[in-house]
Formats: sequence, C-alpha cells, structure tokens
Amino acid sequence: MKADPIGVNSGTYFMDGDSACCEGALAAGCRFVAGYPITPSTEVVELIARRFPKIGGVFIQMEDEIASSIAISGAAWGGAKTMTVTSGPGFSLMMEHIGYAVMTETPCVFVNVQRGGPSTGLPTMPGQQDMMQARWGSHGDYEVIALAPNSPQECFDLTIQCFNLAERYRVPVFLMMDECVGHMTEKVVIPPADEIEVEPRHYTDLKPEDYYPYKDLENQVPKMIKAGDGYFVHITGLTHDERGYPAMNADAHQKLVNRLIDKIRDHVDDIVLLEEDGMDDAEVAVISYGISSRVASRGVRLAREKGVKAGQLRLISVWPFPEKKIRELAQRVKAFVVVEMNKGQIVREVERCAGGRVPTAGALNAGGAVHKPEEILNTIMGVAS
Amino acid sequence: MTDSAVVEEKIAGEVCAAAEDARLTNELEPYLRMDRIPHIWCSGCGIGTAVNAFVRAVIDSKIEWKKLCVVSGIGCTGRVAGYLKLDSFHTTHGRAIPFATGLKLANPQLNVVVFSGDGDLTAIGGNHLVHAARRNIDLKVICVNNFIYSMTGGQAAPTTPKGTIASTTPYGFFENQLNLPQFVEACGAVYVARWTTFHVRQMRKAMVECLNKKGFTFLEIISPCPTLYGRRNNYRAGLDEMKMFKEKSEIKKDADVRDAVMIPGEKIVVGKFIDRERPSFLDAMDEHYREVLKDAYHPYTGAMI
Repeated sequence: MKADPIGVNSGTYFMDGDSACCEGALAAGCRFVAGYPITPSTEVVELIARRFPKIGGVFIQMEDEIASSIAISGAAWGGAKTMTVTSGPGFSLMMEHIGYAVMTETPCVFVNVQRGGPSTGLPTMPGQQDMMQARWGSHGDYEVIALAPNSPQECFDLTIQCFNLAERYRVPVFLMMDECVGHMTEKVVIPPADEIEVEPRHYTDLKPEDYYPYKDLENQVPKMIKAGDGYFVHITGLTHDERGYPAMNADAHQKLVNRLIDKIRDHVDDIVLLEEDGMDDAEVAVISYGISSRVASRGVRLAREKGVKAGQLRLISVWPFPEKKIRELAQRVKAFVVVEMNKGQIVREVERCAGGRVPTAGALNAGGAVHKPEEILNTIMGVAS
Repeated sequence: MTDSAVVEEKIAGEVCAAAEDARLTNELEPYLRMDRIPHIWCSGCGIGTAVNAFVRAVIDSKIEWKKLCVVSGIGCTGRVAGYLKLDSFHTTHGRAIPFATGLKLANPQLNVVVFSGDGDLTAIGGNHLVHAARRNIDLKVICVNNFIYSMTGGQAAPTTPKGTIASTTPYGFFENQLNLPQFVEACGAVYVARWTTFHVRQMRKAMVECLNKKGFTFLEIISPCPTLYGRRNNYRAGLDEMKMFKEKSEIKKDADVRDAVMIPGEKIVVGKFIDRERPSFLDAMDEHYREVLKDAYHPYTGAMI
C-alpha cells in the first residue's frame, strides 16, 4: 500500500532527526500520538502537535508516560496507527505497557531518544544505555523489534519501517534514537507519497461468528479487528486462549508465549537490517549501531590506514539480534570490536554469539559524548596485535 | 469412583441443570458471554448486580450495542469487561482510563465505558481519573466501591472508611479516606452520582443518564464485599451489608459533594450530585482549531485506518 499524500511532506529539507521522525510517522499513516514531554525527545511531539490539526490527527499530551504508553494501545484497538515518544526515564515508566502490547498483540511504535543514565542522568546528552531495557525491560518472556537510526534521513525512513513492522507482526516496535541523532541537522529527502511503501493493518475478512481473535493466523500473526465493527472481542493482558478468554493454565501459557516469541524468531531474516562496509576481507569486525556507527566508520578507516584489515558491520535493526550473521562472522574474522555508548550491552550479545571462538572487545563509554575516533582505533589495534 | 466423587458429580449435574433452567429464562443472555459463566465473583458480592443494571441500562438508553466498548482495569470489578458480549478490554492495573482515552479519541463514534473498582480507579489510577475528568474526555466511568482491595486479599484502599479492618490495617485504618464524588467534582466531571447496590432502579437510571450524557461522567456504586470487607467488619454475609445500605442511605436531591464522606455507622449520602455542561475534549479541540487555524484546519473525525 502507498502512503496517503496528506501526511507526506515531500521535498528535500535540512532537518533534525526528531523532526524527521515526526515526518516519518505522518507518512506511515500515524494519526494518534500520546506523549509526555521529556528531553531530548520533545521536538518530535511538538512538531506532531503543529502538524496534526492540518492533516486530521489527534495529539494528546497525557499526564505521564504510563498513560501515554497505554493510550496508544487503546487507540490501536480503536483502529489508529499510534506512537508515543520518550527518553530513558519515561521509557522505564512505559515498561508494563510494552508487555501489555506484546501480550495483546497490539501494533504500536515507541520512540526512545536515548540520553545518558541511570536515573535523570544527562537529559541533553546522548546515551545508548536503554538497549537491554528495550529487550528485557518488561516482565515475562517476549520478543520485540528495535531499530537504531544513525542519521536524520534514517529517522524518517526507519520510523516508517517501525510502523510497517508493527503492523506486520503485531508487536510494539522501538525506534532507538539517541540525543545526537535526534538533534543533528542534515539533509533529509522525503519522497513522493507514491514511492513510500506503507503496511496496511491486516483486518480479518471472516464474519464475526467465525472469528476468534487469536486463531485467524497468517505467519503466526493473528488478523485484527477494529472496535465497534461487531466482532465482540475480549482483549486481556492475562494469558488467554484463541477466543481471547483468560486461560489460567500452563498449557495455554506455553502455547501463547511460544507463539508470541516464535512469530518474531521465525521471521528474523525478514526483520534484520544490516549495513556492511569493508567486511569482505575484514579480520577485525567493528560492530556498532546508532550514532556510534558514524565514529566507528572513522575508526575503521584509521585502522585500514595503519594496515589493519578492519571492516564495519552496522546493526540497523538491533532486536531481534542478528545472531546468524555474528555466528557466521565468528568463523572468518579474528576479532570483534563493539562500539557503543554504554558500559557493555550489545557487546555481550556479540560475545554470546562468538561463543569464545574469537575475542570480543568493547569500545565502551558511559554516555554523554560520542567516542573519539582514536578510542575506537586503539581498541581495534589492541585486538589486532 | 469414590462416594464423595459421586456426590460431587451429582451436585455438579444439579448445578448445571439449574444453570440451564436459568439460562433459558434470562433475557440478558444475548448480552453476556455465557460461555464464561459461572463468573468468579463470590456469593453476596455486588458487582453482578451492577453488571445486571448496566446491561438493562444500555438497553433502556437505546445506544447501539455494537458501538459500545467496556474497558476495565485489574481486580474483581476489573473482570466485568470479560463477561459482557461486546468489544471489551481488560487492561493493566489502574490504566483503564488512559486506555479508554486512546480508544475513544481514535474512534469518536464509540461509546466507551470504564467499569472498574475503587482501588484500581482511584489509587493507582488516581492521576488518570484527575486528568480525564479535567479534560472532559467523553468516557462513562462506573466505579464499584467495596471499600477494599478484594482480589488481592482485602488490603486497605483509599476508600477504606476510618477505623475499619483490612488485611494491611489489622488494628484499623487511620488515614483520611477519599470522598470520591467530591474528588471527581473538583476535577471537572460533568455528571457525578452515587448509589448502592441496594438501589437497583436508581442505579440503572443513573447509568442511562451517564450513557446519554456527553463528557466525563462518574457513577460510584457502593457494593458489599462479604468475603474480605464485611467478614472483618461486622457484616458476615452480603445481606448484612445490604441491610446497612438500606438503613443508612439517605437519598438527597442535588446533594453537596462535601456530604458524601463515609463514616462507619453514619449515613451514606446517595443520589445525583452533579449534572452540568462543559465542552468535551474533542468538541473543545474542534472548536479551538476551527477558530485559530480557520481553513487550514482539517476537521478531526477519527484516526481509523
């Protein structure tokens, strides 16, 4: 399906990442946004608030992040494409409803413009410290999808991709931005509406009497309904059966949780987005994501200048983790270097997939500022020697 | 099969037969998820009475059943959504109101009712109650107040009357309690009423008034909980608490919300407290943008795709 032109501000702009994220959401068909102000994400909703009345959407500034994160689930069942936008502390408050959206298979998008933490931390400075929270922050077992843009252009493109994946898999999808990418201003090209692919909501075509909300599956993903259409569904965060009715037993729980996880794990190849540079002959694979990847590129070039065969693998999607790719690389490279603005989150995933075959080093910092290229170079030289 | 098992099976059979007889005569059956009956509520509980009145009120109000959604939070009253045969949503603890806000704003054609308990709506959900009432989101909030957290085992709630016993206040509750009509009136609700489960006709009428009124309406239903509140506070059976409601209730016309405070052994003021007009969130938004943006405004009719 092509984008609705009313939401697409086609043209070439000099735009920051937060604004590009807003434009991406509008292009993707998002017409309901609930949010609560938090630096450095507020520009996204400020622009949404400016744009929505002119294209027919509703923005509501809720009383807190908890309310925002469940309002978007309500709106999704009302038939809207929905989004909320936050940063670390707000993301922490939203965790219960990420689990609720997973359990009720509600398509929605959470944008997290990460800042340095823990706690209130560094409101106006970058971090990449919510990556594991995105993966495991809510209680229980689940799989989600998280994308990490490294430019304003990608903030636009990947926001659309988040909405598309949310509709395809009926999961909450995260756009894991960071303060740098949110506030940096660069060229952003917004294509014409007919060049933007938008995933429609997959509504059931069964009659109400034949429809069970968690039975009408396609690729393990149930077809949806819209409240008010006479399907009389019951939606609950409790473990439920195919009818959506609470089912308090281990068998029902195994069946449901396994499907919730498998519908993502079985489609990892369709979800994973990677970018490789100089990996063909690489002996040191430098893995990074988000803003860190831009300094990592410089580190890789400096290493090449010193005669070290380094290459770069950028994770555009971080969750589900591209395990297959890392395992394959572990067979042919001599070392991994992971560059991230935290004290060791994705580096552990890489270590796990490397399985001790090759050493893994982290070029890590606690957030607040992106790495200096020399720090990355030093880490590469350290593992290369 | 042991003797006791035979007896149990016989009793189960009789219960089923009795349920079947009741089923054939129950005119509310089309509106309930009969495949989920029997429900989980204890005997003597007032929630079923409230649900019964609600279904009858929906019929009386003539609103379209298909466009009606019920949203609940967590707890005994939180289970209401699951027994009604309509689009029903059982959400997280305290968050029925913000979920309902999203549902209503995404599709303004829906009639959205929030049906939940006192602990859910006024303790953990208190902040959402404040702001939904303040914004006048077009939601019908029905709060079943049994003075206690029931499903978790009878702990104290913001509505627990002073001096009464709860599992977390073994020596009596000593905090000030929340007077719900006064609280929601101050927040801006356009309709505020209170009835007990003894007042079934008045409760049904109040529900019809809520359903037909645009804006944030709040109906408090005082309900017995013999299992966890009554048992510890001199009302051993559901009927004991109902008798107390009958004896202590004082019906007042246009009563002052300040009189709605509950003191054990004293009168319970019931009736309609507030019935006023204020623009709803969406009407106010529409009017404001029309005035400010003029032709640039794209009138909002819903966010559905």
